[in-house]
Amino acid sequence: MENEIQVPINSDQDIVAARQKGRSLAVALGFSSGDATLIATAISELARNIVTYAQCGKIRLTVINGSTRQGIQLVAQDQGPGIPDIQQALRDGFSTSGSLGLGLPGVKRLVDEFAIVSEENRGTTVTATKWKP
Amino acid sequence: MEVPILKQGDFLIATVQAALTDADLLHFRRALIQQVVRCRSQGVIVDVTSLDVMDSFASRTLREIAQMIRLRGAQTVIVGIQPEVAFAMVQLGLTLENVATALDLEEGLAHLKQKSESTA
Repeated sequence: MENEIQVPINSDQDIVAARQKGRSLAVALGFSSGDATLIATAISELARNIVTYAQCGKIRLTVINGSTRQGIQLVAQDQGPGIPDIQQALRDGFSTSGSLGLGLPGVKRLVDEFAIVSEENRGTTVTATKWKP
Repeated sequence: MEVPILKQGDFLIATVQAALTDADLLHFRRALIQQVVRCRSQGVIVDVTSLDVMDSFASRTLREIAQMIRLRGAQTVIVGIQPEVAFAMVQLGLTLENVATALDLEEGLAHLKQKSESTA
């Protein structure tokens, strides 16, 4: 089992590829099928944000070892326009692209830890971690 | 990935067989609406049993399909959402409001038959 997988995100096909790789990694690591579905869904949303707002970027999936447990860390990174108001973007119902506007708050609910760093015109990095219970 | 659409009497049955990209979903939406018009269908079943992820785009596209078909005077039932997929959808905030859902193909067909009898 690889401990780190990097998936370039340039098109809607890459969204499917990234979430399938994430699911495989989660299952290989011993996550339940339900948790693997949560991870795959989170990856799908993060990859979609990259394609929608930044056109291209990458998702890195890393196996992480805590003191008592293992987890998967998802890092979605792009050099897109950035998010001017992160607090607003994390509120349910907010979207600038006419989508459902549930992307980021929804993803936050799917995982255990969630962090976002964004700089206007520099890009956005979302880091999400799911721990194995 | 093409989604096969079968005609069964007044109904259409579309079975999603593998993961769909956004482009596949939009193609499916177009193909399904065309078939509804061509066949003058009363009802449509979209079977998503084999989908292992339903994200915001897929969910929105299914809702749009159901709305378009309703404007044609027909009913749509989404069947076979896996329990784990349902759990993830709710966490994500995707509720498929105003879209009929049923456990499986059989229940979906029963739902459509009941609807078409009550409007007949």
